[in-house]
Amino acid sequence: MIRDITIGQYYPADSPLHKLDPRTKLMGTLVFIISVFLFNTIPGYAVATVFLAAVIKISKVPVKFIFKGLKAIFIILIITMVFNVFLTPGEVLWSFGFLKATREGISLAGKMAIRLIYLVIGSSLMTLTTTPNQLTDGLERGLRPLNKIHVPVHEIAMMMSIALRFIPILLEETDKIMKAQIARGADFENGNLVQKVKNMVPLLVPLFISAFRRANDLAMAMEARCYHGGDQRTQMKPLHYEKRDHVTYMILALYLAVAIGFRVAGI
Amino acid sequence: MSIELKNITYTYSPGTAYEIHALKDINLEIPDGQFIGVIGHTGSGKSTLIQHLNALIRPTSGSVLYNGEDVWEEKYDRRKLRSQVGLVFQYPEHQLFESDVLSDVCFGPMNQGMSREEAEAEAKKALLQVGFKEKNFSKSPFELSGGQKKRVAIAGVLAMNPKILILDEPTAGLDPKGRDEILDQISELHKARGITIILVSHSMEDVAKYVERLIVVNRGQIAFDDTPREVFSHYQELEAMGLAAPQITYIMHALKQKGLKVDPNATTVEEARDDILRALKEAGSPLLKGGNEK
Amino acid sequence: MGIIKALKLGFDYFKYDDDGNIQETQRAVDEVSVDIQEGEFVAVLGHNGSGKSTFAKHINALLLPTEGTIWIDNMDTMKEPELWKIRQKAGMVFQNPDNQIIGTVVEEDVGFGPENMGIPTEDIWKRVDESLQKTGMAAYRHHSPNKLSGGQKQRVAIAGVMAMRPRCIVLDEPTAMLDPNGRKEVLEAVHQLNRQEKVTVVLITHYMEEVIDADHVYVMDEGHVVMEGTPGEIFSQVDMLKKYRLDVPQVTLLAHELKKSGVDIPDGILTTEELVNCLCQ
Repeated sequence: MIRDITIGQYYPADSPLHKLDPRTKLMGTLVFIISVFLFNTIPGYAVATVFLAAVIKISKVPVKFIFKGLKAIFIILIITMVFNVFLTPGEVLWSFGFLKATREGISLAGKMAIRLIYLVIGSSLMTLTTTPNQLTDGLERGLRPLNKIHVPVHEIAMMMSIALRFIPILLEETDKIMKAQIARGADFENGNLVQKVKNMVPLLVPLFISAFRRANDLAMAMEARCYHGGDQRTQMKPLHYEKRDHVTYMILALYLAVAIGFRVAGI
Repeated sequence: MSIELKNITYTYSPGTAYEIHALKDINLEIPDGQFIGVIGHTGSGKSTLIQHLNALIRPTSGSVLYNGEDVWEEKYDRRKLRSQVGLVFQYPEHQLFESDVLSDVCFGPMNQGMSREEAEAEAKKALLQVGFKEKNFSKSPFELSGGQKKRVAIAGVLAMNPKILILDEPTAGLDPKGRDEILDQISELHKARGITIILVSHSMEDVAKYVERLIVVNRGQIAFDDTPREVFSHYQELEAMGLAAPQITYIMHALKQKGLKVDPNATTVEEARDDILRALKEAGSPLLKGGNEK
Repeated sequence: MGIIKALKLGFDYFKYDDDGNIQETQRAVDEVSVDIQEGEFVAVLGHNGSGKSTFAKHINALLLPTEGTIWIDNMDTMKEPELWKIRQKAGMVFQNPDNQIIGTVVEEDVGFGPENMGIPTEDIWKRVDESLQKTGMAAYRHHSPNKLSGGQKQRVAIAGVMAMRPRCIVLDEPTAMLDPNGRKEVLEAVHQLNRQEKVTVVLITHYMEEVIDADHVYVMDEGHVVMEGTPGEIFSQVDMLKKYRLDVPQVTLLAHELKKSGVDIPDGILTTEELVNCLCQ
């Protein structure tokens, strides 16, 4: 199950998209999301589709890999569509008891589905082509102005990158603890909700203790390697815009203009 | 009473790019009362193998029989199986969770349906049997030393009265004395309760000293399954698998090559000493003169 | 004066009650005096809880002495206002390979120390390349640490320390959580750094086999240094070592047993060849 979620996973490849500055990609994702909500008509979605398809092609990430990420939102997608189809007032096409499918409902459901799918594909494309560290760096640099209002941007970014590193370790550990307790007769599957929660104690206590221990060890290891916050710290991979980033920004501006134009013109 | 593995194959993430054959066509019989060692380097499949024995992992193909019954039959009570085939994992930190030692050890027996009183009786028995002192029963398991934690973890499984006890690297992280103490205790346990012990280890030296049967796992297959003496005589093949025989084996082979008529299959320091003394005596070695001969 | 010098070092752990008052003090290190010369390979042996790790953390100024003084390259850890100068001189590798790697990619982790020291970007890359080469991890530079074996993770940790160009490196039971192959791999890397880069090495361990090639060995028990000498001198005292909950390599033990049974061989035999040569003259 966990393996199916591609959001947040990195797909190593050598593509122009991988080489882009993470800030550019963050901005690009934002522009794309806005555009998906601006477009409202079939020609509009066609433009978005062409744009998305081009980006996927450039990214060199296999299409199969990208669609795998949609599995995780499949249920949400179905629920949203059902709600939209039956709960939107308008011209009734078909009814079954109190359930009435309307023309407006179907069209709204279709739009919602496209938006949701594009949203997920768009954002997973970013994480697939950007290492977690680059992403963190991008956010740190992008949010730097917030430093002025005393938001600890460096610390937040550091916490994010450490969390990203430890998530797989803690998942694996959870699995091991579960097995150790199952071997002692623990039951994590049966029983009502209260019992289930109670049954989690033998899993959660060792997990928390281990997590705190790891945090403690890591803090010491960071200190031993001269970590003393963000001051006077240099970067191994500082971010700077290249020509390709400037070009990308221009394409993005153009694309956004088209999206706004479509909306204004009502196409 | 026995466990039998028949044509066990286990594949991780079948059908994907990450497909790994962890076990390939394993056949194994574990009769009652043996003291068995399982050895193999990291990634050899030995951990996967032992988790098949108490149905923590379901084989991709093949069957696991406990007393002749297939444990993956739909109606088979696998929770009961797990109390008969106890498995103690490497890190005691993965199972200790109660606020005091006694309650923690009671967790297993109470899952079996015992009352608190019955469970406590079993827990006390198990704790004393692994050499854990009664005055520490009410301590928090998190305050204990590594060796003591290990004992509590073993007692936590032992209190369920298993017929077979599997220990995954029980000596990892312990200092030499702690290691010897735990292994001696396990050996005692084997004699006192008459249960089957399966000891998974990295250390050839430890295994040589205690077990009667040694299973070597390599690349998901059983490479050797014999007495330690017999297995160590294949020390060159073991090396090719990234394992090594005990240092004693190398010494004895080297001595033999140099012409001293020793038995190269000695596996422990005591055996080696006695054999070298015998060989030196037979050869009339000058090294023995002037010594206080035995 | 050596690169690491301790004089009557003492350290207390405090246990506090609920009100924050000191409830109990426990002396973890007591009256420890050592003088370690630049370029030496020194091993500190001791069972769990003997105080060896507490001592190690003083070298990196992660702990400050309760009593006595420790100097790293002539800097008193108590008086040095910028502790990270000391931490840069004396790098530290810890026991658990997972809990000391910060980066999500090998090369980024190796760069973490130099980044903290404020090294210019270009130099960071130079240092990262260099220390990945020296530890034999260059081929893994783009890997995620989670995909590496225990021994490889520890080599990454060592590379991370080397990138800070320390004068000495303290390894606090670096092999305790590794399998025999990983253990060998890490030790080889450390020995190579000691020989080729002339880095002073302080290896904390309870595995006797790892100590055989050291220049000097200290044995600790209950916070004290109870034995010191060359490996040969230390291992010739099998019974003493047993008293301190330690053991000796099988060769040494066998030689000791043979000697006890009346065979005329010297004390402190450390390798198979030595023993074989003694027995088959």
